[in-house]
Amino acid sequence: MRNPTSELTRERTRSAWVFLAPTLFVLLMVAGWPLGRTIFFSFTDASLETIGESTYKMVGLANYFGDYGVFNFGTAEGFWKTDWGMAIGNTFKFAIVSVVLETILGVVFALVLNAEFKGRGFVRAAVLVPWAIPTIVSAKMWAWIMHDQFGVMNALLRSAHIIDHNIAWTAEPAYALWAVVLVDVWKTTPFMALLTLAALQMLPRDCYEAAHVDGIHPVKVFFKVTLPLIWPALMVAVIFRLLDALRVFDIIYVMTSNSVSTISMSGFVRREIVDNNYVGYGSAASTVLFLIIGACTLIYLKVSRVDLGGKK
Amino acid sequence: MDLMTLQRFFGKLGLYVLVALISLFCLFPFYFAFVTSLRSGTELFSTTLWPQSASLKNYVSLFTIAEQPFGRHILNSLGVSAMVVVASLFLGVTAAYALGRITFKGKGLLLLTVLAVSMFPQVAVLSGMFELMQAIGFYNHWWGLTLPYMVFTLPFTVWVLTTFVRDLPKELEEAAIMDGCTPWGIITKVFLPVMWPALVTTGLLAFIAAWNEFMFALTFVLDNSDRTVPVSISLISGADKYEIPWGKIMAASVLVTLPLIALVLVFQRKIVGGLTSGAVKG
Repeated sequence: MRNPTSELTRERTRSAWVFLAPTLFVLLMVAGWPLGRTIFFSFTDASLETIGESTYKMVGLANYFGDYGVFNFGTAEGFWKTDWGMAIGNTFKFAIVSVVLETILGVVFALVLNAEFKGRGFVRAAVLVPWAIPTIVSAKMWAWIMHDQFGVMNALLRSAHIIDHNIAWTAEPAYALWAVVLVDVWKTTPFMALLTLAALQMLPRDCYEAAHVDGIHPVKVFFKVTLPLIWPALMVAVIFRLLDALRVFDIIYVMTSNSVSTISMSGFVRREIVDNNYVGYGSAASTVLFLIIGACTLIYLKVSRVDLGGKK
Repeated sequence: MDLMTLQRFFGKLGLYVLVALISLFCLFPFYFAFVTSLRSGTELFSTTLWPQSASLKNYVSLFTIAEQPFGRHILNSLGVSAMVVVASLFLGVTAAYALGRITFKGKGLLLLTVLAVSMFPQVAVLSGMFELMQAIGFYNHWWGLTLPYMVFTLPFTVWVLTTFVRDLPKELEEAAIMDGCTPWGIITKVFLPVMWPALVTTGLLAFIAAWNEFMFALTFVLDNSDRTVPVSISLISGADKYEIPWGKIMAASVLVTLPLIALVLVFQRKIVGGLTSGAVKG
């Protein structure tokens, strides 16, 4: 009574797990295990030296709450003025403002790139370049452009009489975070533009022809037809970028040397673990960051309704 | 009728002005970095936008100063990026075949896990990874970075390849199964030959991601000889501690950007296709 089809199915299922085993092993090793250890360290007083020798001891929730915890509500100046509070504030300010600007600029770029003009292929490639280069390089290039004494930005703004003295864009707390936002917008607008462009190219042509015949103003067509149609794709891209922006580290570390007025959550975690050698305390902060991003990921999965079963 | 042509003329003009502005916005920093990299001495501090004289001094000094072996750093970066590409593609292809072609229990959950890992903040694994790297002897070696880099390259490689494999026609493997081909034979003889476009795309994206990575490279490598390019650029310093050699930094920036510009120009369509298939991390 052996059924050849189910025999084949069983064998295929077995080979599926065999083929998945190496990938699952690597993912467990690089993601699951270190994440578990980091969460574990957040309940200890570990330092970089004691990690290897396992001589750290458990401290319960002391790294999270109380006078030495990341959530210290007892300070005189208040939680939002502690370094971790500042880091949370900076990160969200950075993420929200840069993603909003990138989305608006990205849609404008995409609309332009979707039009017919000579040299379109070249411009589409040019737009990819800021996205492809290392973040460190873009941070250094802009740091030079925004240099307080010899930067072109100050020189141009002065010759246009917009400012009357040189401004230290990356050092003055009032401007530093916005300088970082500018660089991030420059670097990631292309990503938004290309995802939006892909959505634009899938739109049906006939409703545009109808609108054209009816003589409806192009701006109205954009808000009434185009935007609602590309909205789902745009939202996926926006949440995707938002998740990325919440993890920001490189730009801020290089441009403003991690000063407290611009430090991000990731920057704070690395500073505590590596520079200050408070592995337990830093791990607690990184666990909080992980939970925040985890919550955002769940929202992303819900909004994008990712096709997991392969049913389409 | 004349009004229409006039309107169209201004519409076209406006479009080209926008195109010019976009190109300027994207390319100006590179142009200025290039101009700066050719300047030396006091010329560096002039804010004119045009090159005055061209000197290759900055480029030469990148490769001749022993304390900062930039050539060595480029080789390290190339090495680790290549290893990351090979490892992620190998693991990605086998996993994609299982996830894309075979139905079994728990597949949805596995795909969800893969997607969740791709959203991981890097610092979430920082202290655990530090411990692991030291325990297995990967710490402080350029090739050791291959391991942590899998955190961000493997999930998206698996994801994109799975989407690609899933959409291939059913008939492709049916004939092979009838002929009694083993699953490994199906992967190597049936799927690999048609998967080249997807492999090139994911390989490129993995290469760019590994080439550009900064935080792990900064944290897990301390020796100067094992540094990668992004860390090297962030640490370029002059003879005097307080004098930042901008010309040299810009020369290094230009050098690491050129190969990427070449890749982008050649593989533009493939990169965009990879980015849009499943909204993959940039």
